[in-house]
Amino acid sequence: MFSLIGAESAIFTIFVVAYIFYIGKSVAGPTPQDVLELPIFSTICLLSSSLTIHLAVRALQRASVGVFGLWWFVTLALGTIFLVSTGREWHHLIYDKGLTVSTNLFGTTYYSLVGLHAFHVTVGLLLIALATIFTLFGKVKPEHSERAEVFSLYWHFVDVVWVIVFTVVYLIGR
Amino acid sequence: MSSESIVLGTVSESARSIGERLHEWVTTVDHKRLGILYILYALFFLVVAGIEAVIMRIQLIVPHNHFVSPQVFNRMMTMHGTTMIFFMVMPILFGFGTYLIPLMIGARDMAFPRLNAFSFWMTAFGGLLLYFSFIGGNGLYGAGTAPDVGWWAYAPLTARAFSLGHSTDFWTLALLTSGVGSVGTGVNFIATILCMRCPGMTLGKMPLLAWLNLVVGGMVIFCISPLTAAQIMLLIDRYLGGHFFDTQAGGSAVLWMHFFWIFGHPEVYILVVPAFAFVSEIVPVFSRKPIFGYPIMVAATIAIGFISFSVWAHHMFTVGMSSYGNSFFVFTTVAIAVPTGIKIFNWLGTMWGGKIQLRVPMLFCIGFLFQFLIAGLTGIMLGTAPFNWQLSGSYFVVAHFHYVIVGGIVFSLFGAFYYWYPKMTGRMYNETLGKWHFWLFIIGFHLTFDFMHIPGILGMPRRIYTYEPGRGWEIWNLIVTIGAFFQAAGILVFVVNLLWSLRKGEPAGNDPWDAWTLEWSTSSPPPDYDFATTPVVRSRRPLWDLKHPEDPDWKYE
Repeated sequence: MFSLIGAESAIFTIFVVAYIFYIGKSVAGPTPQDVLELPIFSTICLLSSSLTIHLAVRALQRASVGVFGLWWFVTLALGTIFLVSTGREWHHLIYDKGLTVSTNLFGTTYYSLVGLHAFHVTVGLLLIALATIFTLFGKVKPEHSERAEVFSLYWHFVDVVWVIVFTVVYLIGR
Repeated sequence: MSSESIVLGTVSESARSIGERLHEWVTTVDHKRLGILYILYALFFLVVAGIEAVIMRIQLIVPHNHFVSPQVFNRMMTMHGTTMIFFMVMPILFGFGTYLIPLMIGARDMAFPRLNAFSFWMTAFGGLLLYFSFIGGNGLYGAGTAPDVGWWAYAPLTARAFSLGHSTDFWTLALLTSGVGSVGTGVNFIATILCMRCPGMTLGKMPLLAWLNLVVGGMVIFCISPLTAAQIMLLIDRYLGGHFFDTQAGGSAVLWMHFFWIFGHPEVYILVVPAFAFVSEIVPVFSRKPIFGYPIMVAATIAIGFISFSVWAHHMFTVGMSSYGNSFFVFTTVAIAVPTGIKIFNWLGTMWGGKIQLRVPMLFCIGFLFQFLIAGLTGIMLGTAPFNWQLSGSYFVVAHFHYVIVGGIVFSLFGAFYYWYPKMTGRMYNETLGKWHFWLFIIGFHLTFDFMHIPGILGMPRRIYTYEPGRGWEIWNLIVTIGAFFQAAGILVFVVNLLWSLRKGEPAGNDPWDAWTLEWSTSSPPPDYDFATTPVVRSRRPLWDLKHPEDPDWKYE
């Protein structure tokens, strides 16, 4: 998993470099200053989901499957809130502000960087949802705690990437 | 899996139908079978891409030749480069790695056998996707076309406006697909080598092949991913109307060059480090001496791994970077020659004073040493910015990198083929045919690539489909093309040897070379479970300890 995270970080690095390289290079509007708003609430949700998944894994290691299921479900809910608010933000940008991938360089780089991250969140959520279903059917046992821990590495990675994307897109780029 | 295979092993080979055996190969997760699949797949593409090279050389044999049209020439050039790098050399190296690493570290399989199978099939379908473009490259209308944008696919050649139809999309998707497979293999190599070593095999007692492939695994995951990212950007540009590489909307064509070469240069080392690994295993066995300077070899490899990520822009001196940028990349490029030079000294040190046996694998390794040295020297010449300004984009560059890839990598690959052929098939190859292959190939190689430097210095640009008479290039191009036929003849002898020896070769026994690493301790070909009992090692040469209990290695290490 660490190797995979290494490979994923390289992909994100390239997209972040492209984003930073193209800040302010758009030949037409709208610019980030015009349209972007800080997604504070969804960021808090995503970052706190790192804590909840950690608590879930700890619970499974202590063999309390019920507590694991609870925290695992909270993680799922928090991740879904993040994904929905990204979707709302995109809807707002596309229909109210007229910014699409092909509008200008900002649109191209913004949608691809945030979209790449959202894609990783989606993959993570699908896996979390699958594990939630397994928990509901009582298939998750304490001996699976190592797998849950390996998966939680991925989820922490997705969160760390969001910190970087947030800094680059919403703080530096705006 | 293993218990099932043992049961199957009791049924005689002929009792099972072809369909059953084929099904077994397609669904296999065994590292040995996947390794052989990789190798066969890559051999097929070696022949295909070789034919493409010969087509180009026939076109260039005389000025104003009309053997193929300019469009076809561009396609052949693109397909030759892309195929050789991504679907010949990489799969073949992964194949040898997949086959040998578990055997050498005393494991029964890779860490993730199913991921291993997934990686192979991703690579395989990537190759099919690339070649499907010959049929489907134009989309629905008319005959297909192959990609014609060069293997580096510089923007804006790849933009929608300049590359109609779907040929470039096939190129992008093929590399994206095989890239996913490569990253899987990289992850698998690292996990296997770090977690699956047999008892007693500390990192310092690992065979060099395992060490070098560990470094390759690390480089694969950090250098293939940028290519994947760049391909995603290209797809966004082509299909969603993005502007990453669209200069009219403020995008940058130079950014593609940076992204491509930050993949492209470590890629060269991904290809050459496994070649180093083969030489580091073969040279000691045929010099009857342990490798000279084992820790330094490991350190030099790791140094190459790190430095290779900081040299990419030496492909871009003529683009016009700042003088500081140029100086930095000249410095790193010259610096990476130091660990590479250390390796050459170590191989020479291994041979020095040894009882050298000139068998075919050793012949190829000696060819490798000589040619890789020259390739490194022209590399330093080209890595110096002022010299590069004069010769960049000329046939001198083509000669240089073919010297690396053919003279270095392919020679050591042939050495590896002959060295491990008895292990993989259980039969010896034919020594006479092997020597014929070596001499034909080395004569052809030097005819082609030694003389290719000269038209480069005389100013012949690369990538051209024909040229004017009277510039002094004719005789050199004629010699180069003649050399290509010698090489083709050598490859033909090689293929004949492989096929003939498979049926008629002498039985090899477990250890035909009196070698020292663990793969030679099992039968040839190895059983499904590799080792009946997990081996325990105490030194870098476990089989030496076994054969010489009175004077084992572990007393001195």
